[in-house]
Amino acid sequence: MTIGVLALQGDVVEHLAALADIGAAAIPVKTFADLEKVDGLIIPGGESTTVMKLLDRFGLAEPIRGRVRAGMPLWGTCMGMIVAAHGVAGLDQPALDLIDIVVRRNAFGRQNESAEVELPIPVLGPEPFPAIFIRAPWIESMGPGVQLLAERDGHGVMVRQDNVLATSFHPELTPDRRVHDYFLQMVADARESVGKAPTAA
Amino acid sequence: MKTTTGTPIVKTGLAQMLKGGVIMDVVTPEHAVIAQEAGAVAVMALEKIPADIRAEGGVARMSNLELIQGIMDAVTIPVMAKVRIGHFAEAQVLESIGVDYIDESEVLTPADEKYHCDKHLFTTPFVCGARDLGEALRRIAEGAAMIRSKGEAGSGNIVEAVRHIRAISDAIRELSVAPKEELVARARDLGAPLELVRQVAHDGKLPVVLFCAGGVSTPADAALMMQLGAEGIFVGSGIFKSQKPKRFAKAIVDATTHFNDPKIVAEACRSLGMSEAMEGLDLRQLDESEMLSTRGN
Repeated sequence: MTIGVLALQGDVVEHLAALADIGAAAIPVKTFADLEKVDGLIIPGGESTTVMKLLDRFGLAEPIRGRVRAGMPLWGTCMGMIVAAHGVAGLDQPALDLIDIVVRRNAFGRQNESAEVELPIPVLGPEPFPAIFIRAPWIESMGPGVQLLAERDGHGVMVRQDNVLATSFHPELTPDRRVHDYFLQMVADARESVGKAPTAA
Repeated sequence: MKTTTGTPIVKTGLAQMLKGGVIMDVVTPEHAVIAQEAGAVAVMALEKIPADIRAEGGVARMSNLELIQGIMDAVTIPVMAKVRIGHFAEAQVLESIGVDYIDESEVLTPADEKYHCDKHLFTTPFVCGARDLGEALRRIAEGAAMIRSKGEAGSGNIVEAVRHIRAISDAIRELSVAPKEELVARARDLGAPLELVRQVAHDGKLPVVLFCAGGVSTPADAALMMQLGAEGIFVGSGIFKSQKPKRFAKAIVDATTHFNDPKIVAEACRSLGMSEAMEGLDLRQLDESEMLSTRGN
């Protein structure tokens, strides 16, 4: 089982190190050939306008859409959440439309409002998660199929819809590996369900 | 819910999000939009690009606030702005208007020839220039959350950028194999705090993100610097002093992303057609007093 980290721009190495920490095999994904080798993909933190352009320029947008719609687990952190979203509120910015959420960019403010937050995430246990928000987006609206996993000040900041997970914050910047573990489990479950019932959604 | 702003992890974190990207100098909101469209990860808002500062002489200060605000309103990517070395009041002003990163920069005329700003006092993170490891670690000790190798701004000549990034990487490599008992003397020679020297020796890298600056003017320059260990690129005069800024901006972004794939770098070079890069300066013919990189140490 191999996890890929989209490596066009952003905090790629931090995710690779976090995955190594929990014993997962991981590779950076820069090309179509890299994408073919992975069972799950993380889109890291970075600049969403930059990475959307690079995904298009280097022909990765469609292959990623195809793989994720066929069931490959995807996790987007911050920029990754924006890139995976259905749309971006108030901006004419393209996105991959892989999870039924509309996000608002820089919703908590500019860099001076970037913060460390002790965030309750019930699905990860009673201990709050040390969530790092950097010029972070929030979820402005979401479709009925989306499960809300965490909120900050009344705004969704962690959601899941089937094989797609999205967080406004950066678990890769802290030593707490619970979200990485959670995603690894999603990838393991997806492989198992493909083995048992290839047509399952 | 406990919420804390301005912590070291939040300040260094923004630089981590910029890695693998290009930060472009812009002097108008229109430039900023061109930069964003080309795929820049951030822009540096300033009144004059370094080549013009160099040509015009005089005292270069923090930029006009309306200009900076206009650029902040024009784009969604982070906006950086420069203050003079040691001019903490300029930095307080930039923090109050909410720029995302402050560059305490040798490109402006220094305000203090002895001391840099105490950057720990700020919520807004700082990036600072360095020519070698000692200089980089002194800036980090003062609170810099990101380092850029200085190069020679506005020169269109990559030679100083290469010198500085190599100096930093070589010194890190030496430290990482140095016996423990040598580290105190190494810290003395570097003029850097022992604690940081120990950390670099252990990790084999700087504790903050390292970009390169000062001389990048072609896609191949960007690919060179990335292969030499830069984690991202600042381009100052190289874009808006070229004949075709839009093309140069996009080509430098592509070459930075795929720095280790010569075919893509070649494609980026080809996309420029016959348009020329900015004119360069032969730095060996420059008087020492005209060098910007020697300001601040």
